[in-house]
Amino acid sequence: MRTTTSAASRETASMRIMVAIKRVIDYAVKIRVKPDKSGVETSNVKMSMNPFCEIALEEALRIKESGRASEVVAVSVGPAQCVDTLRTGLAMGADRAIHVEFPGTLYPLSIAKILKALVDAEKPGLLLLGKQAIDDDCNQTGQMIAGLLKWPQGTFASKVVLDEENKVATVDREVDGGLETLCLDLPAVITTDLRLNQPRYASLPNIMKAKSKVIKKLTPQDLNIEIRSDLEVVQVTDPPKRKAGVILSSVDELIDKLKNEARVL
Amino acid sequence: MRGLISSSSKSKSSKSLLSYSIAIQFPPLHSPSDSSQSSVKNLYSSSCFRNSTSTEPLSRNRNGFFSSGYSRNPAKIADFGGNGCGFWRAQGLVAGARSFSGEPVSRESLNYDVVIVGAGPAGLSAAIRLKQLCREKDVDLSVCVVEKGAEVGAHILSGNVFEPRALNELLPNWKQEEAPIHVPVSSDKFWLLSKTRAFPCPSPFNNRGNYVISLSQLVRWLGLKAEELGVEIYPGFAASEILYDTTDKVIGIATNDMGVAKDGSKKDNFQPGVELKGRVTLFAEGCRGSLSEEVIRKFNLREQGQGQHQTYALGIKEVWEVSADKHQAGSVLHTLGWPLDSRTYGGSFLYHMKDRQVAVGFVVALNYHNPFLNPYEEFQRFKHHPAISPLLEGGTVLEYGARTLNEGGYQSIPYPVFPGGAIIGCSAGFLNVPKIKGSHTAMKSGMLAAESVFRTLHEGSPLEAFWDSLKSSWIWKELHSARNYRPAFEYGFFPGLALSALEHYILKGRSPWTLKHGRPDHEATAEAQLFRPIDYPKPDGVISFDVPTSLYRSNTNHDHDQPAHLRLRDPKIPELVNVPVYAGPESRYCPARVYEYVADESGHLKLQINAQNCLHCKACDIKDPKQNIKWTVPEGGGGPAYTIM
Repeated sequence: MRTTTSAASRETASMRIMVAIKRVIDYAVKIRVKPDKSGVETSNVKMSMNPFCEIALEEALRIKESGRASEVVAVSVGPAQCVDTLRTGLAMGADRAIHVEFPGTLYPLSIAKILKALVDAEKPGLLLLGKQAIDDDCNQTGQMIAGLLKWPQGTFASKVVLDEENKVATVDREVDGGLETLCLDLPAVITTDLRLNQPRYASLPNIMKAKSKVIKKLTPQDLNIEIRSDLEVVQVTDPPKRKAGVILSSVDELIDKLKNEARVL
Repeated sequence: MRGLISSSSKSKSSKSLLSYSIAIQFPPLHSPSDSSQSSVKNLYSSSCFRNSTSTEPLSRNRNGFFSSGYSRNPAKIADFGGNGCGFWRAQGLVAGARSFSGEPVSRESLNYDVVIVGAGPAGLSAAIRLKQLCREKDVDLSVCVVEKGAEVGAHILSGNVFEPRALNELLPNWKQEEAPIHVPVSSDKFWLLSKTRAFPCPSPFNNRGNYVISLSQLVRWLGLKAEELGVEIYPGFAASEILYDTTDKVIGIATNDMGVAKDGSKKDNFQPGVELKGRVTLFAEGCRGSLSEEVIRKFNLREQGQGQHQTYALGIKEVWEVSADKHQAGSVLHTLGWPLDSRTYGGSFLYHMKDRQVAVGFVVALNYHNPFLNPYEEFQRFKHHPAISPLLEGGTVLEYGARTLNEGGYQSIPYPVFPGGAIIGCSAGFLNVPKIKGSHTAMKSGMLAAESVFRTLHEGSPLEAFWDSLKSSWIWKELHSARNYRPAFEYGFFPGLALSALEHYILKGRSPWTLKHGRPDHEATAEAQLFRPIDYPKPDGVISFDVPTSLYRSNTNHDHDQPAHLRLRDPKIPELVNVPVYAGPESRYCPARVYEYVADESGHLKLQINAQNCLHCKACDIKDPKQNIKWTVPEGGGGPAYTIM
């Protein structure tokens, strides 16, 4: 019994955590739709790490600092500038980073397939992601990769407790009805929600150290993945401007408007 | 007196501007017979160290309560204009007592040869020049640049018609290296506006060979060039404290602690600041830099320099995208006159950049008298002028921002060298006011400083040689011949124009006299009872906008849960002086609506400070009548996110 326990804890102590992070437009920036309506203006716009990905990375770092994991690997898929986001991740405390370079548009399923290839290569015991990216709000990648890997998933996590002895993770999920607690066998996919933690600042000395950490460069071809999309964005427009309200003088007028203008009666 | 702190708690991912407010309740106003003026003077002179007989548990002036960005060094409090505070000036205390809260100061310390505060045109030019000199002489110096903006260029705002004179000296191959300088000036117009008409006047500018650029974009490019040469640049870190050794020599700076909550306690993600020690420290913080002002006061650099105080203006700018048929790349327009009256100096600029973008802005000198003047509203009103609005109709605003600029020129240059370093760029003040250009002189001052610093570190020659090199450079010649234009307007608008014309066309800068500036900007505000409130037109949402809409376009943000970085030396002054005497002018000149007077249930006006909105323009630090507002630097990474300004 004792031998099994220590063997199990040795295995978990060498557990690797992989965190997928995304480079998005900074949350405080005013978004502008491109004049040709093909998308949102991203040139000359401040970009940063997706806030939910920051939370995922912070959780991974806390798990490592508590001794339950040995290494945190940050991965990102996207254009060349993703390296900046990965450097921030390294400055926060990730040990290694992998950048899969692809300059074009990427949809969640493609990302999930790439992540699957990386997971197969790196064999992490836990995959952490933000619940969604603030640019597309898809909320799909975590769920898709769990499906592809056939791993259990705990999404919208507001609390994560790892039990290395029994190799399970207890995840509190924020769902519409309240909080749901799940117990997941590791390896598992967990996507993080807002109230999980408060991400740390990258300190200046850590930023300096991060400059010398290695970022591995790959392309989708290296992973034998063909980026193919089943989706095509037809148009991106601003939401319609809110029209001014009209003050009505009587109930009859209200009924008349509901019937004839709004056509809801 | 009770202090209330209220905060609106919305989720972190919300994109709306959160305004966290600190409402301070004041006792009933004194009656006029109460000799409020003398009691105010007493308050002011005794407030060098606000003694907390406090029933005010959360007073912002309490020492040690907040992170090291404020009052760790009692010398700062002593400088607040009090004359009864000799106690704090004792040498031992000044140098040694840093940790007022009693907490041990355990900060990591990093050593560099040169530490530069501010990644703007001056700071980056100095860094680049240093590394170039290292390569020439085959030595190496470690150069570190800290920048409070989240990215290099995020806090850079300027007109900007760029004179490439300094850049040609610094990086002669800028064109091949794809500097973002593409649009040469194609036309130069100068209009005098009345309410309904525009009268073209001969343009006093000669912009041949100059370019219309976005200075933020140029600075970003300069940042890349600096990094290529091996300069270490750290955006997102705010230098908040100057480090001195026992001989009162500047030995570096410290960044502020991050992760401090509004009440001063440490949050989960608390990160202590870092000390960056340099054999030489250069301050390149831009106009009215917070640390630069401290150094100028401490070492009496104004008196040792050209002698006069600095005067300022507030520039508010928007970048528009207009329809292609209205856009003429390189077109430059300046206006004077309407909507400002003849006692207020200021005017507008309108520059056509590339990609259908137009930079339009309004500059108001901060020595205006009328406390009801609202520079932001003047700008919005200006855009409705029949000669201006057709251009903007159908366009969209891409970005908005504001920043103060120096107008003191030659007469106000402080002695820029102090023990341990120097001040460069607009922190000292090399803007050529009649030309309305300061970027080229800022860059040149950085380059000259780099050359002096290199000789100091390499050969041991005194850093004071920087002052001599400034005086023998083209900066000096330029500023000298430009020195009388702005002060001429102290005599009034038309006398000013006449004198300027005399200077420009006849004397050509060779006048035998040097005019002096008027009173400092904060003293120029007259009492509210002499004026009536100005009835500004409501924004129409198409050409003109309200402040929150504009502010959204500046992408400004600060973590709401941090101590307010705008500190009142005496929290009673807004209620005792600003409101009754000046009608709360800070609620009008601030282009970000940081200061609001809100009436409480009993009708008393309370000052609410929405520090989260701050654009880091420094207007409040300059214009507050009693100099009661002190702008200190918030957590690094906060503030506006300018990209094309």
